[in-house]
Amino acid sequence: MPTTAPAANGPAQSPANGPAHGFADVTASDSTLRRFLHGLPGVDTVGLEARAASLGTRSIKTTAKAYALDLAISMVDLTTLEGADTPGKVRALGAKAVRPDPTDRTAPATAAVCVYPDMVPTAKEAVAGSGVKVASVATAFPAGRASLAVKLADVREAVAAGADEVDMVIDRGAFLAGNYMKVHDEITAVREACGTAARLKVIFETGELSTYDNIRRASWLGMLAGADFIKTSTGKVAVNATPANTLLMLEAVRDFRAQTGVQVGVKPAGGIRTAKDAIKFLVLVNETAGEDWLDNHWFRFGASSLLNDLLMQRQKLTTGRYSGPDYVTVD
Amino acid sequence: MSERLSVLKTYKLYVGGKFPRSESGRVYEVTDSKNNWLANAPLSSRKDARDAVVAARKAFGGWSGATAYNRGQILYRIAEMLEGRRDQYVAEVADAEGLSKSKAAAQVDAAIDRWVWYAGWTDKIAQVVGGGNPVAGPYFNLSSPEPTGVVAVLAPQESSFLGLVSVLAPVIATGNTAVVVASEKSPLPALSLGEVLATSDLPGGVVNILSGRTAEIAAPLAAHQDVNAIDLAGADETLAKELEITAADNLKRVLRPQPVDDADWSATPGTDRLTAFLETKTVWHPTGALGASGSSY
Repeated sequence: MPTTAPAANGPAQSPANGPAHGFADVTASDSTLRRFLHGLPGVDTVGLEARAASLGTRSIKTTAKAYALDLAISMVDLTTLEGADTPGKVRALGAKAVRPDPTDRTAPATAAVCVYPDMVPTAKEAVAGSGVKVASVATAFPAGRASLAVKLADVREAVAAGADEVDMVIDRGAFLAGNYMKVHDEITAVREACGTAARLKVIFETGELSTYDNIRRASWLGMLAGADFIKTSTGKVAVNATPANTLLMLEAVRDFRAQTGVQVGVKPAGGIRTAKDAIKFLVLVNETAGEDWLDNHWFRFGASSLLNDLLMQRQKLTTGRYSGPDYVTVD
Repeated sequence: MSERLSVLKTYKLYVGGKFPRSESGRVYEVTDSKNNWLANAPLSSRKDARDAVVAARKAFGGWSGATAYNRGQILYRIAEMLEGRRDQYVAEVADAEGLSKSKAAAQVDAAIDRWVWYAGWTDKIAQVVGGGNPVAGPYFNLSSPEPTGVVAVLAPQESSFLGLVSVLAPVIATGNTAVVVASEKSPLPALSLGEVLATSDLPGGVVNILSGRTAEIAAPLAAHQDVNAIDLAGADETLAKELEITAADNLKRVLRPQPVDDADWSATPGTDRLTAFLETKTVWHPTGALGASGSSY
């Protein structure tokens, strides 16, 4: 597993080691933090979108495609975040995560299943012994509108139930109001609550941040506060992961590692439905952050229907026949 | 006054209610019976076939779920639109098949009449091939025909318009959705049909029309796991055999090549083509124990 981080998932990135990344003075006070975030270079919107679009035109065929499909499958956080989730559905999802294509044992397992905190024990049981991780959303997902105490209780419950990863949402209201320190402190508090047991993914809900400049600021804020992963969105709003906002976040993690030596993962979530889209994202990763991120420890797809399309494309490659939805499981 | 510049028509595919060019960007020259150039038609690739199947699958739920009466109305509407474009089709058929205007007109009229004939069948076929079955037990036993699903249709090679209508109309009349491979040598009437379908309330994706090399497009369609049936009308003997073998992998329903342009066009074509792509669903409905009167309902 390629990593340059001091420790893969330990407390090394927690604020206790803050000075290690050399940004301690930045997070010292509200005004220094604001000065730093607003001092980040502005995003060239046209250039960013053109770059993301041009990287989407790469042709990935034959053996490269086979590699990309398997890599993408291994990066999927198979997600179910519905009010109607039942233990039965979570168990079915777990079984699918462990063995996505029952007709082909060479298909890799997915990276994780992603569920609500109360479903973590069920999910944990369903994937036991397989290496598939259990991620839990927390902190009053998806709106994040609750007091810090409630959010932390949410996180602790998920971690206690055995979640390997915690997906938190930031307080967009505070962020948009310019109250960066509040967001920062919340993330560090959640980071602490996760302890050494769980990796922390920080969801910015890019669709609600309005501008690319805000996404860049949120990315840096999240990384400064100790996120192990930065994640685009909850999948619950109109605009979710796009190639452009993911590219922007990949640039942020690349620059952050260059400056601090700490590697942070990226997870686009929501709206990625086809294998073709997934491969475009992998091209972005390779061309922007580099090969070190081409691993499910550092890059994930938050998705549910994407997996079926990846499997159908994989079946097409192995059998030479176009597959159909009758040959993959219904979620 | 200078002579008008000619406005040439770009023939395009009809997939998912839209008119795309071939994904491959390729075209081929279509000529009339005397080898004079008529137009460039898209030379579809297997990816166009794949996209067409996706569109047909997407449209299947809505089309098969529409009431039979509604389907009949839409099919009749298509006939109305064809009638309005009669002259265009007469010219295209005359060019494509080397017929005189009057012979081509007779073919087009026959095709439109046939379309109307099939439009009338949509809400009648269930009574003919379905119904109650007498069973030994206290059950209502009902059989009803249901559409097979996505049907790949290889249109006849010689009869570019009447032949096409004869194979396409019965497939969609019963609620299937279709991916049509037009006649390789004369695809223009088929591609023009797409323009009629697009303006006839027919939901996009119910009919998808591809032009190109029949063998090239038919092979991936026959192998496609999400195609439920294939009509081999436009395949020669060798190709038909090959496709039938490929189609066996997912137990596709296969209709072997049948003659479609009989000498007598005004004769009714019969219901064979309607029933070829229907599946029978039978429901056993308990009526409870029979009472002393002999009946509980």
